[in-house]
Amino acid sequence: MLKQVQHDGGGLEDALALYIHWPFCVSKCPYCDFNSHVREAVDQAQWREALLVDMAHEAALLPERRLTSIFFGGGTPSLMPPATVAALLEAAERHWGLAPDIEITLEANPSSVEAARFADLAAAGVNRVSLGLQSLDNQALRFLGRAHDVEEGLGALDTAQKHFSRVSFDLIYALPEQDEAAWEAELARALSFGTGHMSLYQLTIEPGTRFAALFAKGELAPKDADEAAGFYELTQAMTGAAGLPAYETSNHARPGEESRHNLTYWRYGTYAGIGPGAHGRRGGLATQRHRKPENWLSALARNGHGLQEEAPLAPTDQAMEALLMGLRLREGVDLDRIAALVGKGVADIVDLAAAGRLERAELIRRDGERLAVTPRGMILLDAILAEVVRA
Amino acid sequence: MTDLSKIRNFSIIAHIDHGKSTLADRLIQRTGGLTDREMSAQVLDNMDIEKERGITIKAQTVRLDYTARDGQSYILNLMDTPGHVDFAYEVSRSLAACEGALLVVDAAQGVEAQTLANVYQSIEHDHEIVPVINKIDLPAAEPEKVKAEIEDIIGLPADEAVLASAKSGIGIDEILEAIVTKIPPPKGDRDAPLKAMLVDSWYDPYLGVVILIRVIDGVIKKGQNIKFMQAGTQHLVDRVGAFRPKIENLPELGPGEVGFITAQIKEIAQTRVGDTITDVKKPAAQALEGFKEVQPVVFCGLFPVDANDFEKLRESISKLRLNDASFSFEMESSAALGFGFRCGFLGLLHLEIIQERLTREYDLDLITTAPSVVYRLHLRHTKDEAAKTIELHNPADMPDPNRIESIEEPWIEATIYVPDEYLGPILKLCQDRRGIQKNLTYVAGRAQLTYELPLNEVVFDFYDRLKSISRGYASFDYHQIGHREGDLVKMNILVNAEPVDALSMIVHRSQAEARGRHMCERLKDLIPRHLFKIPIQAAIGGKVIARETIAALRKDVTAKCYGGDATRKRKLLEKQKEGKKRMREYGSVSIPQEAFIAALRMGDES
Ligand SMILES: Nc1nc2c(ncn2[C@@H]2O[C@H](COP(=O)(O)OP(=O)(O)O)[C@@H](O)[C@H]2O)c(=O)[nH]1
Ligand SMILES: [Mg+2]
Repeated sequence: MLKQVQHDGGGLEDALALYIHWPFCVSKCPYCDFNSHVREAVDQAQWREALLVDMAHEAALLPERRLTSIFFGGGTPSLMPPATVAALLEAAERHWGLAPDIEITLEANPSSVEAARFADLAAAGVNRVSLGLQSLDNQALRFLGRAHDVEEGLGALDTAQKHFSRVSFDLIYALPEQDEAAWEAELARALSFGTGHMSLYQLTIEPGTRFAALFAKGELAPKDADEAAGFYELTQAMTGAAGLPAYETSNHARPGEESRHNLTYWRYGTYAGIGPGAHGRRGGLATQRHRKPENWLSALARNGHGLQEEAPLAPTDQAMEALLMGLRLREGVDLDRIAALVGKGVADIVDLAAAGRLERAELIRRDGERLAVTPRGMILLDAILAEVVRA
Repeated sequence: MTDLSKIRNFSIIAHIDHGKSTLADRLIQRTGGLTDREMSAQVLDNMDIEKERGITIKAQTVRLDYTARDGQSYILNLMDTPGHVDFAYEVSRSLAACEGALLVVDAAQGVEAQTLANVYQSIEHDHEIVPVINKIDLPAAEPEKVKAEIEDIIGLPADEAVLASAKSGIGIDEILEAIVTKIPPPKGDRDAPLKAMLVDSWYDPYLGVVILIRVIDGVIKKGQNIKFMQAGTQHLVDRVGAFRPKIENLPELGPGEVGFITAQIKEIAQTRVGDTITDVKKPAAQALEGFKEVQPVVFCGLFPVDANDFEKLRESISKLRLNDASFSFEMESSAALGFGFRCGFLGLLHLEIIQERLTREYDLDLITTAPSVVYRLHLRHTKDEAAKTIELHNPADMPDPNRIESIEEPWIEATIYVPDEYLGPILKLCQDRRGIQKNLTYVAGRAQLTYELPLNEVVFDFYDRLKSISRGYASFDYHQIGHREGDLVKMNILVNAEPVDALSMIVHRSQAEARGRHMCERLKDLIPRHLFKIPIQAAIGGKVIARETIAALRKDVTAKCYGGDATRKRKLLEKQKEGKKRMREYGSVSIPQEAFIAALRMGDES
């Protein structure tokens, strides 16, 4: 088993995921700390070529594997010319071959302009979209710096549901002005759209964002942990009752509709990441591309790849990552497999005394080799990780 | 040697900020001790902390040459005395080395408590006192009112007080003239056996221990064998001189003169303030009166925040002690705080100064435990031990209560001087602190209060409270008046049912509940929420007297985490684990270092 896993590239499962980062946005949202950049003009031919070269580099290092998922993230990848998407998907097929049930997701902005491209994107091979709806309230959308309004967003959702068999959307909740009743109504409405997947994020203030600056000046007051807890619990109850329980901290799906691509991250599988700022994990190596678009382009021209760093991860670091990613999942982790992957004993990677304490407090559950955070514990995950993960 | 009639030895008495240092500088400047270029502000306060806090810690002295209006040349020795009650004994020795004093009073502030305490000491030393009303340049100056205060409150004639501004140089010549004409010259016998007082000493990296002396009788010279009568040690004088304020070597110091000697002494601990220096071959028959062994009265533990700094702390404390023999230290270990030192100080300010110097000059992060006084415990006999009396410096060392027959605590007599409008709350504060009122008089809109107070009530933030209640207008001075029996108990603080040794304290039974409640409330805010709820209790023996509960954490989760975040999230977790190392574990509760520091800090009681 151990041998096979290593042969497969050092991950915990056989999946192979490809992440493609498109770094451009029309404008920067005040809450977003993703690697996104606003540029007046993008040389589309140059960018297509560059991404293809970056992909070829990764493909050469991960031979004899078939891709099980591809994810176009950003930035705003729905701004990519569908032809570029098609070219990248063709190249991916050529390099690796695609699993018959491959999941190909693209993150899309719910604007009418972008919705107009959905047909072409579907034709190019995209079979799942994740829409950045963010809110069903116009005032909240303005607060979040979004260009679309509710009507336009729902129009885009409608179009998406026509063209793609699988559709997910994002909502941000626990906004400063929002009360639980308002969120309850909004979520109920969201659940009525019938998508099989939803990502529901509590608003968090990320360093380096405009919200962080406002927060520092005292002009933005996010909900405190106690208030936010109420929102979180409400969300769990409603999605569970609607048949879209959380399979990850903030991700909800009808059984079978989980994001396979993201599951590969959380299960600590192998993933290649191309494009500016993309991360990857292959064969015990952590890869990271240059974040700034221009730097990434010039690195590509120089080296034939956009890598800024490719570093071996120490076994303890790998174990730590496998745990902190895996424990986000309702299914939890297989401790024996993680221990075997990094060549350590279970007691070296988790603090068993702490685990015992937390288990008695019903915050985690141990079942044979499996360790999982209970639904009650999920809201305390970070504190639990600090106790239980050995490093 | 100098003709006795041409010598004047004087000190300056002033409440803090009334202008003592500024005036001293002005006198040095006027008599040509330093060129204008060499005058850095406040020459005599040469430690950084002294400059910043404006407090003189070590006695300094300077010899001034002055040609008076009578055409004669005089030598004026100015002794700059420590300006705080913690150093009252040092002050008394400096005063004993003088025949007179300038009483400097701020023309806008008037007479304050510290002025009073020092002026009374000065009077006890039979000093001729020359009142100087300073800062007359201020618009708020009320020299006539201050003159009346000096007469009414202190009882000194003030009609001849010099009106001065040290800042703008007004009245400086009149002050110099008054020193010569009003302050008497010293007396002494050149032919009698050497008798000199050790006024102060400090460690100088080039000269070794430098000793400030006042010669009473006889002569002291380089090459002379001398003896410290109290310490019983002998030394060879290798240098004699004076400060102008620059060092000047002199062939000898004769009766009435003030100056310094060095005698190849390595440790300041050998040089006790107030000791009598005499000649080995021709010793004086009797030592000078008034010598006192200074004893630390306030104790606390000093621990490094980072356990790896323990050796550095040891070295730093040892170095500081080179220059300050008045504080003591011994190793201490605490379950909460690891290894550190139990240190004794002359008072709270002394404690703060040492703590600040360690932090600043030696770059140490420190945790200071609650200050404690010295208790005297009378213990009953046991099967194998006789009854005995012990001194307790550390609440952690409190013996089994069953063994204790009685406990005595140190008391002080405090003089508080405060504008009428704040009198009510100040009386209440003193009452709350178990004070016994001895006297209350009103003069010119102000009250002078005398209270007897237990010292342990004073070390716990009394001074800060006094200042905040009176918006800084109250002034305060004290001296110790011995030990008295009290109903004292040890109060433990339990976090999640575990006693935290560093937080235990000895309190009067009547105060225990309030103090306990306060501690529990503070800790509730200082200890972060955990995954479970944490009871915090204050207890005497097995009896809980106050209690708070820290609710369990409700939410702590990162909303988003995808492929690229693995690295970032791992680094965050590593940092979090690193942070945990700075916490102290009590059972399953992690208490941040900052919580100890904040919980133990004095002066935050509201
Ligand atoms: N206006 C005015 N300020 C003065 C005078 N003498 C001293 N000061 C100021 O009062 C403050 C305290 O003076 P300082 O000499 O340090 O007082 P000390 O604490 O008694 O040594 C300083 O800011 C001085 O500049 C004066 O005659 N007039
Ligand atoms: Mg001063």
